[in-house]
Amino acid sequence: MAEISAPVPSRRPAFAVSRPVLVLIILAVLALASIVLFMTLGARGGWDFVIPFRGKKLLALILVAYSIAVSTVLFQTIANNRILTPSIMGFDQLYILIQTAIAYFLGAQVLALMDPNMAFALKLVLMIGFSGVLFQWLFLSGDRSLYLLILVGIVMGVFFRSLSNFMQRMLDPNAFQVLQDTLFASFGSVDTSLLIVSYAIVAVASFVLFRMRHTLDVLSLGRPTAVNLGLDYKRVVVTLLVIVSVMVSVSTALVGPRTFFGLLVATLGYLLVGTSKHRWVIPAAVLLGIICLVGGQTLLERVFSFNTALSIIIEFLGGIIFIIFVLRGATR
Amino acid sequence: MIIASEVTKAYGETCVVDGVTLSLPKGGVTSIVGPNGAGKSTLLSMISRLMAMDKGSVTVDGLDVSKTPGDVLARRLSILRQDNHMTARLTVRDLVSFGRYPYSKGRLTADDKAHIERSLRYLDLEALSERFLDELSGGQRQRAFVAMVLCQDTDYVLLDEPLNNLDMKHAMGMMKLLRQAANDLGKTVVLVLHDINFASWYSDNIVAMKHGKVAAQGPVAEMIRPEVLSDIYEMDISVHTIGGQLISVYYG
Amino acid sequence: MSRRAFGILIPEALGPVRMLILAFVATLVLAVVSLFVGVSDVTLATLVSGGLDGRAMEVLLISRIPRTLAVVLAGSALAISGLVMQIIVRNRFVEPSTAGTMESAALGFLVVTIFAPGWPLMAKMVVSALFALAGTALFLRILRYVPLRDILLVPLVGIMLGGVIGAVTTFFGYRFELLASLLAWEVGDFSGVLRGRFELLWFGLAGTILAYISADRLTVAGMGEDFTTNLGVNYKAVMTLGLVIVSLVSAVVLVTVGSIPFLGLIVPNVVSLLIGDNMRRTVPWVAIGGAGFVLACDILGRVIRYPYEIPISVVVGTIGSFIFLYMLLRSKRGAANG
Repeated sequence: MAEISAPVPSRRPAFAVSRPVLVLIILAVLALASIVLFMTLGARGGWDFVIPFRGKKLLALILVAYSIAVSTVLFQTIANNRILTPSIMGFDQLYILIQTAIAYFLGAQVLALMDPNMAFALKLVLMIGFSGVLFQWLFLSGDRSLYLLILVGIVMGVFFRSLSNFMQRMLDPNAFQVLQDTLFASFGSVDTSLLIVSYAIVAVASFVLFRMRHTLDVLSLGRPTAVNLGLDYKRVVVTLLVIVSVMVSVSTALVGPRTFFGLLVATLGYLLVGTSKHRWVIPAAVLLGIICLVGGQTLLERVFSFNTALSIIIEFLGGIIFIIFVLRGATR
Repeated sequence: MIIASEVTKAYGETCVVDGVTLSLPKGGVTSIVGPNGAGKSTLLSMISRLMAMDKGSVTVDGLDVSKTPGDVLARRLSILRQDNHMTARLTVRDLVSFGRYPYSKGRLTADDKAHIERSLRYLDLEALSERFLDELSGGQRQRAFVAMVLCQDTDYVLLDEPLNNLDMKHAMGMMKLLRQAANDLGKTVVLVLHDINFASWYSDNIVAMKHGKVAAQGPVAEMIRPEVLSDIYEMDISVHTIGGQLISVYYG
Repeated sequence: MSRRAFGILIPEALGPVRMLILAFVATLVLAVVSLFVGVSDVTLATLVSGGLDGRAMEVLLISRIPRTLAVVLAGSALAISGLVMQIIVRNRFVEPSTAGTMESAALGFLVVTIFAPGWPLMAKMVVSALFALAGTALFLRILRYVPLRDILLVPLVGIMLGGVIGAVTTFFGYRFELLASLLAWEVGDFSGVLRGRFELLWFGLAGTILAYISADRLTVAGMGEDFTTNLGVNYKAVMTLGLVIVSLVSAVVLVTVGSIPFLGLIVPNVVSLLIGDNMRRTVPWVAIGGAGFVLACDILGRVIRYPYEIPISVVVGTIGSFIFLYMLLRSKRGAANG
C-alpha cells in the first residue's frame, strides 16, 4: 500500500512510456498469468474435459470482474464520489429483492417454468426501472450529505435483504427451494445459455458505453461544470445508470452480492494509474478485477486449498479500506 | 444580449428569485450586487441553465437557454460557479483542455491546442500546467478554472463570486484580468460580487438585487450613489471620489 | 394540550405515570397472547381439561412460558443496551449492531466454541461478553480519530467495523466448518427457546436494573469527560459500567436467541420522540417498549405464515431497517430546517 500511495510526481516523467500505459501492461500480464494458471494448475485428466469445464467457469469469472469493475467506476463518476458504489448503495440487494418478489407474486413454479432468458429480461427491466427511481430519489432530489447517502444506502441494503428474506419465508418450503436454486448459479454449474445471454447483454451495454466514452471525463468534473461544457447531463446520467443496472444485474445473477469488491478494484485502479481519465481507469479496474477473482481464486483454491474464502477476504479488505476512506474524508 | 423575462424560482414557500425581468447589454463587465439572500447566484444559475426556472424565460442572443441544445449554448455562454468540487484528479492542462469539449468532444484539434496554450498563457499558468489541481493553492486553482472558461471561448462569460477564497492581491489580479478579457477579447463578462468597491472600480454596469427582485440597474456612475446604495443595503453608505473612481465607505 | 410524534396524537392529559401503566398493560396483553399462539393446541379449555399433567400444560411450561419470557427479557435488555450506548457515545444512531458489539460477541462465541467446545454455556457467554467489550472499546478508540464527530459518520464506521469483524468470524467459521452454527447465531430466532435454554437471559434483566440505577451517572458521562469530572463523577468508571452493561446484554442475547438487528436503535429513538430524553424517565419506557415491540414482532412472525415461523431477526430487521431509514431521512429534513 505504501508503495502504491506514494505521491505522484508533479511533473510528467521524462521517459517515453507514461505511467498509465506501464501500469496497464503490468496488469495485463498479471491477468493473463492468472488466467493461464487458472486453466492449467493441477489439471488432471483429459484436456477435452478440463477446457470446457474450467473454461466456462473462467468466462463467468471474467464477466463478473468486468461488470463489477465497470459498473463501480461508472457509478462513482455519476455520483461524483469515490466511496459510493452500486453495492454499497444496496443495488445488488435490490436485484435479489426483485427476483424474490417475482417468485412471490408470480409463484416460484412459474419462475422455474419460464424461459430463463425471458425471466432474466423481466428482472432486468424491473431492475433498471427501480434502480433509476432509487437513484433519482437519492441523488437528484435535494442536496444530501455524503454520509447520509452512504448510511441510507447501507440501511437500504439491509432493508432489501430483510424484505427478500421475509418474502422467501412467506413462500412455502418447496417454492423456497426452487427459488434458492434459481437465485444464484454457482460457478461450478453456470448455465451455458445464461452465460451466453449475459455476455451478449454486457456487450451491448459496453458498445453503448464506448460510443459515449468522451462524456465520462466531462461528467467527473461535477454537474455544474459538465453542464457548462454543454453536456446533456440528464440523458448521459440516465444512460449510464441503465448500463450500471444491467451490469449489476448480470454480476449479481452470476455470483450474488459482493459488497466491497467493486470498491476494492476501483480504488486500486485509481491509485495505480494516478490519473482519473476513464480511458485508463476502467481498463485498470477491469484487469485488477480479473487478477483478484481469477488469480485469487486459483491461489486460494489450488495452492492453499481454501474454497469460497476469497469473497470473505475481499469483504475484510474492502471493509478496512472503506473505514480508512471514511475517516480520511472526515479529517479533510 | 441576455434577456431574462419574468424569471422566478421558489423553494417551498420562499421565493428566491421573484419575477425578474432584466436585459444585460453585450460587451463590457456587468456586476450583480446585493445583500445575502437577494437571489444573485440563483439568477445567474438560471441564466446559465444550471438550474431550471419555475417560470419565465431567458434568451442569450435570441437562444432560449432552456430549449437550446447544451452544446450549442456551451459555445455561446460559459459559467463558473464558486464551489467546484470534483473527484477527478486532473492537471491544470487537463482541466483547461476540457474548455474545448463543446467544440471537439474530446478529440483535440490543432486549433483547440492553440486555444489551450493561449488560455494558459493568458492566466500565467504555463509553469503550473502539469501540476495536479489538488496540489495548488486556492488562488491558483481559481485561475485554472477561469482559464478553462476562457478556453471555452464564448461571447458571454458568467462568474459566480470569482473573488471568494482569494486574497486582496489575487482578487485584484482576477478583476484586472476579467476587465482585460472584456476590453481585448470583446467578451461580455457578468459576475456576482460581494464587494461594491470592486464592482465600482472594474465594471461598466451594475445590477443591484434585493429580496429576489432587481432593485436598480445602470451604469456605475448612476448606481454608486449614496441614496441608491443605502436603500439597497439598508445602511448608511457614503460615496467618495478617489483617483477618479467612486468608492463607497460604509464603516463606522 | 397534545403533541404529535410519528403522526400519533399523544394526549398529555393522560399523565406520564398513567400512560406508562397503559403501555405496561398492553405489553402484558401481548405476552398473554404469545402464550396461546402456536401449533400445539393450547387454550384455556385444553389447559383446564388436561389438568396439570396434560399435554397442553406441558407445552405451556416447557415451551410457551419460556419463549414469552425470553422475548420479554431479550427485547427489553436489547432496547436498554441501545439506550445506554446512545447515551455514552452521544449519538442516537448507535446500538450493538451498529458499533461492532454484536459481531464481536459472535466472534468471541466462535473462538470459545472452537477452542473449548466442552465449556458450559455460561462460561462461553462470559468469553463472548469479553470479546464484545473489546470490540466496543475498539470502536470507541476508532471514533477518536473522527474529529468532527459527524452524527452519521459514527454509525457508518460502526457498521463497517462490524462488517470487518464479521468477515473474520465467517473466515474462521468456514475454516472450522462451523458456518451452520454461525448462521444460527446471526439469525435471531425464538423458536428454539425451551425451558433450560433461556435462563441466561435473566442477566439481561440485571443489566436493565443496573442501567436504571446508574441512569443519572450515565447521563452525566454522556455530556463528556470534562463535564463529568467537573461534577465529581468518575468518568472512566461510569463509561466502563455502561460498556459492561452493553457487552453483557449483547453476549447473553446472542448466545441464547441470536442477534436482533436495529432493536436497540429504534425503540429508544421512538421513546425519545414521544417523551423526551431524560434517562431516568425513559428507562422504564424503553424496557417496556422493547419487550412490547419484540412480542408483537414475534407473534406476527408466528401467525403470518402459520404453521411455519418467520425468525424474529427477519421480522425486526425488516421493520427496524425501514424505521431506521425513516429516521435518517427525517433527521436530514430537521437539520435543513434548523
